[in-house]
Amino acid sequence: MALLEVNGLVKHFVAERSLFGRALAHVKAVDGVSFSLEAGKTLALVGESGCGKSTVSRLVLRLIEPDAGTIRFEGRNLLSLDASALRAFRREAQIIFQDPYASLNPRMTVGQILTEPLALHGLVPVAQRRERVAELLRLVGLEPRLARRYPHEFSGGQRQRIAIARALAVEPKLIVCDEPVSALDVSIRSQILNLLRELQDRLGLAYIFVSHDLAVVKHIADHVAVMNLGQIVETAEADALFSAPSHPYSRALLSAIPVPKPQAKRSRIVLQGEIPSALNPPPGCRFHTRCPYVVERCRTEMPQLVPDGIGHATACHRTSELPSSAAIVPSDGGFSPVLEKLVAAFSGGPEAVRGSGVHSLGTDPAYSQNRG
Amino acid sequence: MIVSPLIEITDLRIRFHGDDGRITHAVDGVDLSVANGATLGLVGESGCGKSVTSLAIMGLLPKQSAEISGAIRFDGFDLLKTPDQMLRDLRGNRLAMIFQEPMTSLNPSFTIGDQIIETILRHRGGSRKSARERAVELLRRVHIPSPERRIDEYPHKLSGGMRQRVMIAMALACDPRLLIADEPTTALDVTLQAQILELMRELKAASGAAIILITHDLGVVAEVCDEVAVMYAGEIVERAPVDELFSAPQHPYTVGLLGSIPRLDHRAEQLATIEGMVPNMAQPPDGCRFAARCPFVLDACTKTPPPLIEVSQNHLSRCIRAPLERLVS
Repeated sequence: MALLEVNGLVKHFVAERSLFGRALAHVKAVDGVSFSLEAGKTLALVGESGCGKSTVSRLVLRLIEPDAGTIRFEGRNLLSLDASALRAFRREAQIIFQDPYASLNPRMTVGQILTEPLALHGLVPVAQRRERVAELLRLVGLEPRLARRYPHEFSGGQRQRIAIARALAVEPKLIVCDEPVSALDVSIRSQILNLLRELQDRLGLAYIFVSHDLAVVKHIADHVAVMNLGQIVETAEADALFSAPSHPYSRALLSAIPVPKPQAKRSRIVLQGEIPSALNPPPGCRFHTRCPYVVERCRTEMPQLVPDGIGHATACHRTSELPSSAAIVPSDGGFSPVLEKLVAAFSGGPEAVRGSGVHSLGTDPAYSQNRG
Repeated sequence: MIVSPLIEITDLRIRFHGDDGRITHAVDGVDLSVANGATLGLVGESGCGKSVTSLAIMGLLPKQSAEISGAIRFDGFDLLKTPDQMLRDLRGNRLAMIFQEPMTSLNPSFTIGDQIIETILRHRGGSRKSARERAVELLRRVHIPSPERRIDEYPHKLSGGMRQRVMIAMALACDPRLLIADEPTTALDVTLQAQILELMRELKAASGAAIILITHDLGVVAEVCDEVAVMYAGEIVERAPVDELFSAPQHPYTVGLLGSIPRLDHRAEQLATIEGMVPNMAQPPDGCRFAARCPFVLDACTKTPPPLIEVSQNHLSRCIRAPLERLVS
């Protein structure tokens, strides 16, 4: 049984009301989204701003109520939970946000921030809470003595660690990560990504990872769902998607990834036209106004998400007719041989440098190449 | 390599005097030059001094709190000694800048046309009618659909990508010789980012302007830059042609940066991290500023500040252990 099963999720926000409060216009933020997530795995939701990925992440936590559809968590229907059952569910699923400056209460010490969930859910006896806070801080790589400090005393990366510790306090099975590294500098970003991965391995967490950074998604996700204007247009295993994206929108998205390799071979698809408004999405396929492969049928008939034999599903009328997408995703060629050794030495610390480079490469498990 | 640079910065130092009397060394002895038609990437993390450097070039730093020394020679002027009136003639004319936030850098109470026309009239004069025609032409150059109609719209009617294109159109209004782009695509989606980068390449090819691109995104640097300068704690720690920087970096900080970005073609379980924190720039350390975080550190590194040395032709590194290949072979 999947940890999380979402079926036909719909959320329309009222964009405009008449004088008497009647809804005049709706933003169709999420329009028929279905997916499932196994325990201990990561599903990434990707797409441009306004595609509905953040709305989906809030719907599955019931932070906002859907207009239609079902959400099952370990088989239980989340939408039928009453208030106390919902509070119990909050122990199972947590969220971390993009902005570590806005998501921590500036008037509470780190200790108080981490104690609050323990107290709310009555998890740890009062006498042992201090010890549990220390344990949580160690888990995210911070020193326990920092519990007395306030959020403003920390850097962005450290604050994100505190936000992660707070999410972990209730021992959840699922954490929604909404752009968790977008506000961080590259070197800090890699620390948080490493931490998220390590915690997943140790604690068996499942993640819903919302991001617009596709290289990060490739690094962290097992499964990816590509969203456009409130709908999933393609979903597949991360490796399958990145080696051969099928939907024309995914192709354009992945072809545009900037890669850290000068003169990288690429066949970039630059989309023409503006993103249509979610207030008034186009009829038929919602991508047809920007699609280079559009035919008449696309303008009238909405394509359904059709899986192939191996779990790669695409919502496009022309899936079987499109040219091969094997060379769409730009190649960064990995590291140059010199850089590979330098990075291994950099990560291996001083010993790796004094010893022979080849040796340090062999002993550092982080860089045993596991090409996917 | 560089015949006669369009802009040449020598020994630029910028200190900020805080209200509490503390002095922050934001930029410390930066030398840079960019040739006509070249694109220089200025890379580094928050607080490394890259944006402050660009603001100094534009003469946009607050006079009361910023103490600037050194020289910025551009087109026959030393920008640091140029009177304000003359700087105003240069800015928006031969010197132009694009900022990160297309949402906040347009005035919401004027149409985009008004804002572009104002620039043209200020620097080029002529009739309002001809300025308007030029504005339409500029909007067309940055691929804004139906520019004749769009020109009379207010900024709030435009999407983020459109606004950034308007900003670029405005920057190009007087055919600048040097365009400074400070994180021009950071706020944009990857599809729009691709459009804007494509546009910048196109415009460079057409106009021959030099570009200084400030970014923390090494992917973007690889796409558009000819040369890269990496900044750390107010100093340039490495400078190299783009190919070399990405294949054989010569400063440990650059190695750490390159190792910390996820690759599409290389699945590492763990990404490289740079441990520790940037030094407090009110009291910069005595020796190398990266020493405390550097796995290749020697005793000598913490004693005296390392000079920027030429490791190979046109490849400079501020590290006494360079060439770094020696450490791993």
